[in-house]
Amino acid sequence: MDFNTIWFILIAVLFVGFFFLEGFDYGVGILLPFLGKEDRERRAIINSIGTFWDGNEVWMLTAGGAMFAAFPNWYATLFSGFYLALVVMLLALIARGVAFEYRSKKDDPVWHNRWDWVIFVGSFVPALLWGVAISNLIRGVPIDDKMNFTGNFFTLLNPYSLIGGVASLLLFTLHGSIFLTLKLTDNLLESARKVANKLWLPATVVLFAYVILGYFDTDMFSKLGINPGAVPIIAGLAILSVGYLLKIQKEGWAFVMTGITIAFSTITVFMGLFPRVMVSSTNPDWSLTIYNASSSPYTLQVMSIVALIFVPIVLAYQAWSYWIFRKRVSTKQKLEY
Amino acid sequence: MDALTLARWQFAIVTVYHFFFVPITLGLSIAVAIMQTAYYRTGNEAYKKMTKFWGKLFLINFAIGVATGIVQEFQFGMNWSQYSRFMGDIFGAPLAIEALLAFFMESTFLGIWIFGWERVPKKFHLASIWLVAIGSNLSAIWILAANSFMQQPVGYAIRNGRAEMTDFFAIITNGHLWVQFPHVFFGAVATAGFLILAISAFQLVKKEKHEVFKKSFKFGAVYALVGSLLVVLVGHTQAQYMVKVQPMKMAAAEALWDSENPAAMSLFTFGDEKNRKDVFAIKIPGALSFLAYNKFSGEVKGINNLQKEAEQKFGPGDYVPPIAISYWTFRIMVGAGFLMLLIALLTTIQAFKSKFEFKPLWYKIVFWSLFLPVIANSTGWLFTELARQPWTVFGLFQTADSVSNTVTAGEVAFSLIAYTLIYAVLMVIMIGLMIKFANRNIDEIEKEEAEVDNSVLTKA
Repeated sequence: MDFNTIWFILIAVLFVGFFFLEGFDYGVGILLPFLGKEDRERRAIINSIGTFWDGNEVWMLTAGGAMFAAFPNWYATLFSGFYLALVVMLLALIARGVAFEYRSKKDDPVWHNRWDWVIFVGSFVPALLWGVAISNLIRGVPIDDKMNFTGNFFTLLNPYSLIGGVASLLLFTLHGSIFLTLKLTDNLLESARKVANKLWLPATVVLFAYVILGYFDTDMFSKLGINPGAVPIIAGLAILSVGYLLKIQKEGWAFVMTGITIAFSTITVFMGLFPRVMVSSTNPDWSLTIYNASSSPYTLQVMSIVALIFVPIVLAYQAWSYWIFRKRVSTKQKLEY
Repeated sequence: MDALTLARWQFAIVTVYHFFFVPITLGLSIAVAIMQTAYYRTGNEAYKKMTKFWGKLFLINFAIGVATGIVQEFQFGMNWSQYSRFMGDIFGAPLAIEALLAFFMESTFLGIWIFGWERVPKKFHLASIWLVAIGSNLSAIWILAANSFMQQPVGYAIRNGRAEMTDFFAIITNGHLWVQFPHVFFGAVATAGFLILAISAFQLVKKEKHEVFKKSFKFGAVYALVGSLLVVLVGHTQAQYMVKVQPMKMAAAEALWDSENPAAMSLFTFGDEKNRKDVFAIKIPGALSFLAYNKFSGEVKGINNLQKEAEQKFGPGDYVPPIAISYWTFRIMVGAGFLMLLIALLTTIQAFKSKFEFKPLWYKIVFWSLFLPVIANSTGWLFTELARQPWTVFGLFQTADSVSNTVTAGEVAFSLIAYTLIYAVLMVIMIGLMIKFANRNIDEIEKEEAEVDNSVLTKA
């Protein structure tokens, strides 16, 4: 396996980590104004991800940095091409990041309520837009022979990518609601359970609709064949099992299963892309690939060594932090945020 | 305005804005870690109060630093895609390493620190704030490694129409990095020092001789003094380095039109930038040579000579950065730096006299000095980036070629307005919170925190 392939896999891993982790904290942010009826309930919900959200967001930053380092042309074409969508997402993320820290710094219901809606919008927008963005990577966007995106903002809005956006939005929200069933107590726990049960069916239906549309709108499955292999099938089976697991209140397993759905769906998209990283709808030969978009072999080699040393360390201490703060959050305890 | 001009304005605004908060994060994280170490060692409650008080202000600042940092990571691809294609092979690596090595560390351990009081063993809790401080400062090293390449390219070859890395160690041992990082680091220490001084002064005016703020004031004074002194000393080394690797930058800083030997240093120049001549100037003979070489002779090259050299090397073109703005940003930075040093020195001497006593006027001076490092940080960056123009990567790649060719002026105008608005709103909110928390009665912090929780517990 060459270094280009290794880095393609590594970036896929970073996106899996990002969607798995930040997926549930986007979901928690989206559910915040609806699940929490009074201030301390909302605080408990925020505190359930208080320790983690910032570290989770670094997965996105690292994925972006890794794209820049390993496939600079991918980074350049994608980020300049999807310009306005990304500006909107960044505005949402800026406001969201500040909101967690600032919300409880004043004892004022109006202040609290405003920040709660900032957290909602700040979580809703990226949860939707990431689905739109990833769908467009594989569906293809107009790219010329100089790797320049030649479309505009509206090119990105098509039925396939919009369904992809709704799918990621619903899936992350479901993932977040199940996370909350593992982290909250009493009334909040009951509400989270109810929401998770309600969200499962729409999330599943939209996800399958997205897959079916994928047969028509992308070459992902024609590439993978009529039998697409174990990865997408496992993703499908996992989301199906979630409904049952929620009914019998095995939320821990349900969380594992939404996690598997997110991870394996992401892997499916990356498998469909390979060896391309962005499909050109203008001319297939102008697609960006892991070869024409990549850094030099030397840089890839240096970065591989760096990743080999530091990724395991990061995983270890981040897992450790989840272990330390594994306890449920109750409205009756001391709340930092 | 065209897309390039708008993109440059946007870069300047979001980057200078981001760097209001970064130095406070770098300096204050270490300060809080030192305070907590003092508490851990002595068990003195005053140090615990200090840790909590300054820690809260640190967090309010940190949040906005992190949030505005996301734009920094993405804007190269978004607005400078041609730069990203040309430089990605070199520039992407330090950015990715910064995220992997530094951002994960500071964010994860900050979470542990905020939520870990009384929940993790004291030793781990103390270690976590140190890891936050180390993580933040590591991130500065990596981003400055990237910036240093733009000032002084090393360890590369031009291949396949772009700059490719040939020697990773050359990039991280770049001489420019190791004069620039200490300068940024001690600037950050000074910034945090003056912030601590200013707020302590404010509290001491309200309630004289409060033990915790007397301690904080003394700490802030020493911290500001160490930072200011070293930032000035390193700055001198840096200027000497600049004469060697970026002579045009030095000529611009001094508005030195023609080469001189010995070279005079300008105290005040009112010049005619178009015709490249002085209208009115006060100069100290030989002083620029001294600044450059530590002796009163030696040639310092002028703008006209360097322009000619550049034309020979790179072909016809304008290789002169904007002179007036380079000249004045440099002077404002240096002036603010020396003023900081003076104020920190006088304050420290007075603070460690047997009787701790300051005149109200001095408290006022100390309070408003809070803005000196902010001004010096901003003008310093404006200088170092603007006086490198027309290059983004010195001698290799120009700003006009760097901008995204597919992003329209209208799109950049939209993002420029949107970022500016959200940043302005956040600034107002952040300053409001800073004032609120700077104003807190330190003896009631623990009571406040405890009461909230007790009331809830009894209700339940």
